[in-house]
Amino acid sequence: MKKINKNSLNGFVNYGIIIAAFIVLQILIGKGVLSNSLQSLLVPACCYIVMAVSLNLTVGILGELSLGHGGFMSLGAFSGIVASILLQDLIPMAPVRLAVSMVVGALAGALGGVIVGVPVLRLQGDYLAIVTLAFGQIIKNIIMVLYVGVDETGIHVAASSDRFVLAPGGTAIIKGPMGAVGVAKLASFTAGAILILITLLVVQNLVNSRSGRAIMALRDNRIAAESVGINVTKYKLMAFVTSAALAGAAGALFGLNYSSTVASKFDFNTSILVLVFVVLGGLGSIRGSIIAAALLYVLPELLRKFDIAEYRMLIYAIVLILVMLATNNDQLKSMLGRIIPKRKGAVSNG
Amino acid sequence: MSFLNNAITGISLGSIYAIIALGYTMVYGIAKMLNFAHGDVIMVGAYVCFLAMGNAGLPSVVGVLLAVAVCTVLGIVIERLAYKPLRAAPSLAVLITAIGVSYLLQNSAQILWGAATKTFRPIVEGSLVLVPGQLSISYVAILSVVCCIVVMVALSVFTGQTKMGKAMRACSEDKAAAQLMGIDVDATISMTFAIGSALAAIAGVLMCSAYPVLSPTTGSLPGIRAFTAAVFGGIGSVPGALLGGILLGVIETFAKAYISTDLSDAVVFAVLIIVLLVRPAGLLGKYVPEKV
Amino acid sequence: MKKKELAALFMAGVMSLGLLAGCSSDGGEASQPPASQAGTQSSQPNGGDGDTQGNTETVTIKVGGIGPITGDLAQYGLATQWGAQIAVDEINALGGPIKLEYDFQDDTGVTDTAVSAYNTLKDWDVDVIYGCTTTAPCVAVASETFADRYFQLTPSASSPDVTADKDNAFQMCFTDPGQGMAAAEYLKNSSLGTKLAVIYNNGDAYSSGIADAFITKAAELGLEVVSTQTFPDDKTTDYTVQLNACKDAGADVVFLPIYYTPASLILAQAKQMGYAPTFFGGDGMDGMLDMEGFDKSLAEGLLLMTPFNASGTDERTVDFVTKYQADHGILPNQFAADGYDCMYAIYEACCQIDGIAGMDHAQLCDALIAMFTGGQFQVDGLTGTGMKWLETGEISKAPVVVKVESGVYVTQ
Repeated sequence: MKKINKNSLNGFVNYGIIIAAFIVLQILIGKGVLSNSLQSLLVPACCYIVMAVSLNLTVGILGELSLGHGGFMSLGAFSGIVASILLQDLIPMAPVRLAVSMVVGALAGALGGVIVGVPVLRLQGDYLAIVTLAFGQIIKNIIMVLYVGVDETGIHVAASSDRFVLAPGGTAIIKGPMGAVGVAKLASFTAGAILILITLLVVQNLVNSRSGRAIMALRDNRIAAESVGINVTKYKLMAFVTSAALAGAAGALFGLNYSSTVASKFDFNTSILVLVFVVLGGLGSIRGSIIAAALLYVLPELLRKFDIAEYRMLIYAIVLILVMLATNNDQLKSMLGRIIPKRKGAVSNG
Repeated sequence: MSFLNNAITGISLGSIYAIIALGYTMVYGIAKMLNFAHGDVIMVGAYVCFLAMGNAGLPSVVGVLLAVAVCTVLGIVIERLAYKPLRAAPSLAVLITAIGVSYLLQNSAQILWGAATKTFRPIVEGSLVLVPGQLSISYVAILSVVCCIVVMVALSVFTGQTKMGKAMRACSEDKAAAQLMGIDVDATISMTFAIGSALAAIAGVLMCSAYPVLSPTTGSLPGIRAFTAAVFGGIGSVPGALLGGILLGVIETFAKAYISTDLSDAVVFAVLIIVLLVRPAGLLGKYVPEKV
Repeated sequence: MKKKELAALFMAGVMSLGLLAGCSSDGGEASQPPASQAGTQSSQPNGGDGDTQGNTETVTIKVGGIGPITGDLAQYGLATQWGAQIAVDEINALGGPIKLEYDFQDDTGVTDTAVSAYNTLKDWDVDVIYGCTTTAPCVAVASETFADRYFQLTPSASSPDVTADKDNAFQMCFTDPGQGMAAAEYLKNSSLGTKLAVIYNNGDAYSSGIADAFITKAAELGLEVVSTQTFPDDKTTDYTVQLNACKDAGADVVFLPIYYTPASLILAQAKQMGYAPTFFGGDGMDGMLDMEGFDKSLAEGLLLMTPFNASGTDERTVDFVTKYQADHGILPNQFAADGYDCMYAIYEACCQIDGIAGMDHAQLCDALIAMFTGGQFQVDGLTGTGMKWLETGEISKAPVVVKVESGVYVTQ
């Protein structure tokens, strides 16, 4: 009982951090002290925070390595863009249209999660990892040859440009390798912050529920969990699909933040980037994911301040390696362990 | 005839995947880590050979040996500095470090050697003509198939027969127990990386001989493909890497030729997923049931 | 139990580090704006040169470039960065009424990074945007500059989407459809062959943009396209299947609207399989002959449409090539030349604007748009003479077809 209280307290702290950060940043924007470059990072940073928290559900809580999280983001981005353009006349209010598009993105992500999850969740470890990687590549490849448009006769979908004919006055939404262009920018920092809060609500409630404990039992010892009657497929799928749906919503927000989006953006490197956030933040630690995603997404941009141009990404790589070495250094860990009260360690585990 | 041509193309491509996958699977089998920097070590090997042959004008044999030497040292240095401190850390931490090393190598290569694509001079040129004007096999393809087989046999003999090889297998089974038996685990794992990196150098030279372009990101895509090939064949299994690599090349080529060049990537990965569903540990991987 | 404790300790370590990092992040963010403010303040005198025009005659225009200088596409971004740098140095050495201040930000060829790069330039008080190098990031940045009212001139982002519905975005390169149609027309009027094939990168907007227009136009002109082949990525290594398909279809001209890196592999593999049609390429092919180690005999007889010829003998080209080679050790390609021309276009337009001294970026944007679309303004550069711009932002310059003969371009 005491443990649960601690967990929910820990969850409230996370909401508090997000809300406080949001308010502080809004004040800074209002006062005009936040530079343009930092302002432009707010929405994508929100997307990556949601990506990291949702991937943490798969990697940290469920304990399965996924290298295809970018694929779900891609599904969400493109379905969200299509939804927002189709609903242009039906829902003139931008925030409502954004919300609906994000729901569509989440549904697309969830659908992708089910399609991948049902057959492959029986695989384990690196084999599951490679299948998720393969899935990400397949999504990228399919969207690259996909043409979607709308005219007065309805929605047109084609797999090549010569079969893609729109009546005059029609709008092409996704144009194969050119991706989606001419997208109205609907995303806002407020929407991003709300999405993070919703994500926290979903993930933290799942983790602290009966199902969440079943999922963690699977991670810690699958055979023991199975022997006490936990349905492996059901709980694995639950975590995996939730994670995919949140990634889809984040993708929709991301896609609606730029006037053009191409499928190659959501490649292996994007999936890896999110994984880096999760591991650096600490497996299973939701707060860690939030902080790591925010910091590491902003870091390469902050490095622009220094006049290093070509060395920028080199320094990023070195920082990444050093942080990994430092966080896993036994002496450093025991030193920090003495400073930080024991309570924290226990909580972040849950 | 076009079928035969495609088959030859597929095997040539596959042999390149296979030789990269052999290095991947070797390191994975012993050290149990996915070394995402492997593809970038390949790139370094190719650059060393390119510079030795092009700028210094050395013969190709010296170029290859130099590449092997540099990559072996590089492999040991990377292992000592970046992976060894993480021996006790969770495997994902090592994975992320490997990704960091991969970025590091790519960006260092760009600063050292420039971003411009270079054309690699193949170490062997020409091709064996079977039917004039219609069917031919390039000597590089033959060389890489031969290299794959030699490397595979050598690795099997090495891990199966020699003392060092047995030590490696012991480390792979149980590090703690191996240590108790008097095996120097650190040295053994360093040795694994040295061998893996030497193989990467050879793979780099062969890959760039077959497909003669070279840039700082040359290694990234083949790296992923080789990882796929290694898993396809059963990661950790040396013959599996060879089989997986060749099959991947053949499937990719046939998908391009008979299904669609647009969707060849999707087809390759779909086949991979199906194979893994039927054989969850890859083609030649051993499925180890968990003991309770 | 021990493991658990260790894990807890690990988590604690990570968490506390996260917290520490969190603090430093707040600090970082709080200190960031003042830093950038300091930046703007310190740059104020520079920008203020304009306001205090009474004292000095020169006006400084801040040109901010965007392109990939790390990652897969670095070679293209660096070419545009370096080519423009030479023009900037020349212009500033002229001592004319306008000086250019130049900064170039990395976008790694990715949309969201490009938008961040653009915002970094905004913090620097940029006046004119030069870029992006590649299409997809350029489309995203152009819609931002359109909303914020910055004049934008791209050296190489060639999709019509870059300029569509935006009055402020202009191109120095040909548009993709324009190039595809010009290629089809050239083939119609030449006697190179009757059976055409196309191999293009269907994962790339530039390549598929040209290919689509080429195929449509070829059908219109009654040309026979016997085979259309694609590949998904410029890092693809094997093109034998695609070449075999072209060969089996009996194609005698193969159109390659792709960049030179994959094209060099295609030429090598075609030679190896003994297939020798006429290869015909777009402007992305320029640069192949300068690849270190490239066997120039492979490109013998290759036709390509390029606005720039590095082996040109006119004084300006020779001068540019010499400077570029001295600085970077490689020959410039059309990306660099387009970049060079962009700077001169911006400079010459600014010279002709009355009262440029007191203008902010939005006023400058409108003045430059009026200048570029006014019909009178034209620029002579490395990639063409008398170059003009249409209302749409497209450039109008004559496409030049060259043939590779003994390792150099010969204009057809």
